[in-house]
Amino acid sequence: MMRRRMRYIIEHPDRMLELTQEHVWLVAISVLIAMLIGIPIGILITRLRWLEGSVIGVTGVLYTVPSLALFSVLMPYTGLGARTVIIALVLYSLLAIVRNTVTGIDEVPRPTLDAARGMGMTGSQRLLLVELPLALPVILAGVRLATVAAIGIATVGALLGAGGLGQLIFDGIARGSTDRIVAGAISASVLALVADWALAQLGGRLRRDVQIAGR
Amino acid sequence: MITLEHVSKTFTSHGQTVTAVDDVSLEVGEGELHVLIGPSGSGKTTTMRMINCLETPTGGRITVDGRDVQTMNVVDLRRGIGYVIQQGGLFPHFTVADNVAVVPRLLGWPRQKRRQRAEELLALVGLPPELFADRYPRQLSGGQQQRVGVARALAADPPIVLMDEPFGAVDPITRKQLQRELRRIQAEVRKTIVFVTHDIAEAFLLGDRIVLMAEGRIVQNATPADLLRNPADPFVTSFIGEDRGLRSLRFTSLAELAGPAPPGARPNGMILPGTLSILDAGRELAAHRDAAGDGIWVGDTTGQPIGYLTFQQFATVLGESLGDDAETPHDETAHAIHH
Ligand SMILES: Nc1ncnc2c1ncn2[C@@H]1O[C@H](COP(=O)(O)OP(=O)(O)OP(=O)(O)O)[C@@H](O)[C@H]1O
Ligand SMILES: [Mg+2]
Repeated sequence: MMRRRMRYIIEHPDRMLELTQEHVWLVAISVLIAMLIGIPIGILITRLRWLEGSVIGVTGVLYTVPSLALFSVLMPYTGLGARTVIIALVLYSLLAIVRNTVTGIDEVPRPTLDAARGMGMTGSQRLLLVELPLALPVILAGVRLATVAAIGIATVGALLGAGGLGQLIFDGIARGSTDRIVAGAISASVLALVADWALAQLGGRLRRDVQIAGR
Repeated sequence: MITLEHVSKTFTSHGQTVTAVDDVSLEVGEGELHVLIGPSGSGKTTTMRMINCLETPTGGRITVDGRDVQTMNVVDLRRGIGYVIQQGGLFPHFTVADNVAVVPRLLGWPRQKRRQRAEELLALVGLPPELFADRYPRQLSGGQQQRVGVARALAADPPIVLMDEPFGAVDPITRKQLQRELRRIQAEVRKTIVFVTHDIAEAFLLGDRIVLMAEGRIVQNATPADLLRNPADPFVTSFIGEDRGLRSLRFTSLAELAGPAPPGARPNGMILPGTLSILDAGRELAAHRDAAGDGIWVGDTTGQPIGYLTFQQFATVLGESLGDDAETPHDETAHAIHH
């Protein structure tokens, strides 16, 4: 039974590879953009504390909007295609990345920060030499959360013609082909597991490097 | 030279105000080491942190080399002041050598020179560089981390050093070595040092002056000898006397310590019997605040002078003995663990 359901994957390796690549690309580019926006916003919040409530609030609300609803809100402005999906994925990823950046920096031990100031580091030296390196494992945990979520949400993006593994699922639904649905769903899940595992490994290594006694 | 003129600091947290430092005036001369000592929460750390602008005074003025610290560039000010932080505060993601060399790095020293300096200082604080330079702080014991903190403060050879309980977590034997080392460095290069401790013996051993604080105020600011001879009030006496280390001083007599009398000098009235313990001699001195001269005459049982002990020697001995005594319980513990 299972073997038969996997038939599509086995018989169309090229197609599988192509869709997986599309999917990875969608997610990677979105999470990357979210990092480029979210990490600076997180840093800004630790400097201008009054921003915290509203920024975390807005990204939090964004996070709870169902993906189809978000797509349909964006579509009138951004049209069909990968662009809309990427924008939506960026918006979804922001919460985890901003929040973890703030948490990571907040968790830098007080004496360590005091030492950085006491040694005469400037604000930017403190950020680059102390705060960001020490916050990195926590930021990476946010990236990991965002990535796994984005891999799932990106499947829905196929509805907008953005491609990716969701394509198989919707093709399967349209043609009544369970094989395709299974192929799409399983591949997306495996992709999420692999990404989760890989980022966890990376995070573990980083954490070991910056481990703080007693933290 | 560091001066504090009527400096105060109040913190406000959760609607409550705490006066951490209350009208403190202090003058630490070039090349002097002043010890701040006093009960927990008496404002020692806060006083120290206002000197390198980690806290802003709510009243008064602080100058370093004649310049008001508030008007100085904080980054330059801090790079010129070594700082040993109470809780260690090492950078967990830097190796020990990189931690030590952090100020030289900020000052733009070349890599080679930084490394060399770090190794030099690690050796100085008793951490062989070949064993420790490339480790991370978490791979060090608390006492070893503290020593790295001391090395870090000295790395760029700052003329001023603030040391907040730098040897608090170091075992008594190593602490003694570090104290001697600091005294040696101090005799050679004469830095201007503010040193916080809870250890009265350490204060006597290292301080040119001892500043005793309580509840944010200075209770007494005196040389170690004067502190013994003229304690300002019962609090000072009790603070000096309450230290458990003083027990050992019951078993050391004045006669054991007295040196020959200075030629030509004559006893000036008070002659303490040589059989008196150091502890009792200290009490006796406290009771006779007006005792003249710069030392104590020691006599035999008949009251004939047999020797002389300067107040400075007395203070140093007190410091040394207290340190020795502190080792005893530790050694017993070590013994108990090994068996
Ligand atoms: N950032 C702060 N906010 C509020 N109160 C503070 C702050 N820093 C210090 N205090 C308070 O100021 C007082 C003096 O603290 P300080 O750290 O200077 O004491 P200390 O003499 O160094 O004590 P210890 O020997 O325990 O290190 C304490 O009552 C403390 O609770
Ligand atoms: Mg303190």
